Amino acid sequence: MKIKTAFMYSDEYLTYFFNDDHPFNQKRLRMTMDLLRMMNLLDDSDIVPPRTATDDELALIHDRQYIDIVKECGHTQQEIAIAASFGLGTEDCPIFTNMHEATALAVGGTLLAAELVMSGEYRHAVNLAGGLHHGFRGRASGFCIYNDCSVAIAYLRQKYDARVLYIDTDAHHGDGVQWAFYDDPNVLTLSFHETGKYLFPGTGNITERGDGQGYGFSVNVPLDAFTEDESWLEAYQNVLPTVARGFKPDVILTQNGCDSHTFDPLTHLSASMRIYQEIPKLARELAEELCEGRLIATGGGGYDIWRVVPRAWSLLWAELSGQRITDNLSIPKAWIDKYQSESPVQLAPTLLDPEGLFPPIPRRAEIMTKNKNTIEKALLYCPRG
Amino acid sequence: MLVEDIMKRDVVTVEPTESIRLALLKVHQYRIRHLPVVLQGKLVGIISDRDVRDACPSIIGMPREDDEHVLNTPVSSIMRKDVICAHPLDFVEEAARALYDNRIGCLPVVVDDELKGIITETDILHTLVELMGVHYPSSHIEVEVDDRTGLLADVAEIFKEAKCNVTSVLVMPGKHLGKKNLVFRVQTIDPRHLVSKIEEAGYRIVWPRESEGLV
Repeated sequence: MKIKTAFMYSDEYLTYFFNDDHPFNQKRLRMTMDLLRMMNLLDDSDIVPPRTATDDELALIHDRQYIDIVKECGHTQQEIAIAASFGLGTEDCPIFTNMHEATALAVGGTLLAAELVMSGEYRHAVNLAGGLHHGFRGRASGFCIYNDCSVAIAYLRQKYDARVLYIDTDAHHGDGVQWAFYDDPNVLTLSFHETGKYLFPGTGNITERGDGQGYGFSVNVPLDAFTEDESWLEAYQNVLPTVARGFKPDVILTQNGCDSHTFDPLTHLSASMRIYQEIPKLARELAEELCEGRLIATGGGGYDIWRVVPRAWSLLWAELSGQRITDNLSIPKAWIDKYQSESPVQLAPTLLDPEGLFPPIPRRAEIMTKNKNTIEKALLYCPRG
Repeated sequence: MLVEDIMKRDVVTVEPTESIRLALLKVHQYRIRHLPVVLQGKLVGIISDRDVRDACPSIIGMPREDDEHVLNTPVSSIMRKDVICAHPLDFVEEAARALYDNRIGCLPVVVDDELKGIITETDILHTLVELMGVHYPSSHIEVEVDDRTGLLADVAEIFKEAKCNVTSVLVMPGKHLGKKNLVFRVQTIDPRHLVSKIEEAGYRIVWPRESEGLV
């Protein structure tokens, strides 16, 4: 049965654009929407245009001075000397025209999504332009200028006094969100990611558990490189329900980076499309069980925009809109025809990856036992139910 | 890095005439393993938690008549007087070496017998954790190079040209003869073009790598 779920979207989302050579490319939003439309999973009536976050809303998390610098950078051709000390104008976060407006819109999308869910107007809401989890109070980092997840959580705390469970399944650690609420016992941040021993940003160790009153309310599950589906899902399906039932949230906010796939050029977790089928399923079940379905989903990383992102986020939308996909459906020919000519790689013919597409990892058993230890340790000091 | 940079200055001590009972209490209360014995600011000896326990009555069996006497004995009767010490200007690695070679757990830090601080194996471990830790969002790049002059500078030049900030560097012995491994943490989420530049310059990348089987 179809559920009333909002799909936050406007073409203006594509103005969050660094440059042609940059791996973060919001063209993936349009590709995802096209795919959903062609598969008859998305109607015009599902789409809600985002609003722009106000300066006061951004300032719930970000320093005013930083907001001013971001505005200035986006409105001048001149080089701003102090930009680099705010992480702006770097290889990761180059300056682009109207960068404040573009990012404030992505943040506003997540804020509006939160309002729609909290008012009860919509059961769930999805803002794929959000999930910018590396943004810090006063510093851009890892392709993120403002942190829509942090701002939305601070907003949920302030306006609704809600206990927020944040679930981050991006391959990179959700550092910006973790540090923003590190001492807050009303926000539990739970991040599953590739170990920071090798991968950016380097944090997300099991021992980062929160501080002061918030001790135990930051949970990290750093997984080994080459973890693959089975071990990844073992971690997710063991840790998430335990932590969620222990914490008893009023609302769940998820970050759905889809850069853990084997095809992703930046990471090494070697997962397949299967985890993107399972991630939203469990998150939604827990939202129904614990907080009357209140679930806000954001996007995040995902750097194979041709073969991975549109499929992964279609699975996310299908699940959250009550159109769960269990069969391995074909990708419509019209969609492949539309994008194959632009794509440097052969587009995938089906929504899920066929069994045996990727060669097995030689050290699989060893990696699985290492991850099992990680799961046990991650659960040591957090709420458990 | 010098001993004075990482030593503890607020040292818990006892005086030679104070009792074993007091020493025992201090060891428990502050959860420490070493008590320098100090007379008018000068170091005269040291006792460890094990010295104190050796001197204490057993917890098994009946109380004995001289238990009180034992606990009231001054620590000067059990302290060690030949103390291995450090100077505030010693290098941390020298202090680490002294702990390791002598199989001991702490070094009182003295200048002309006057106690200035203490450095323990815990402080050394903490320093190692800090040195190898991650303090900025960054990626790990590991390069194998020949063990000869100038190669660290050559690889570092590649980061400079790419305008990429390096937040830490470790030079480690290589797994292969005549090689060294350079481990960098660099401030970027996307190290791909750095990796290709390093490979173009003819060095072998140990990490990141595409798949597990290749190396």
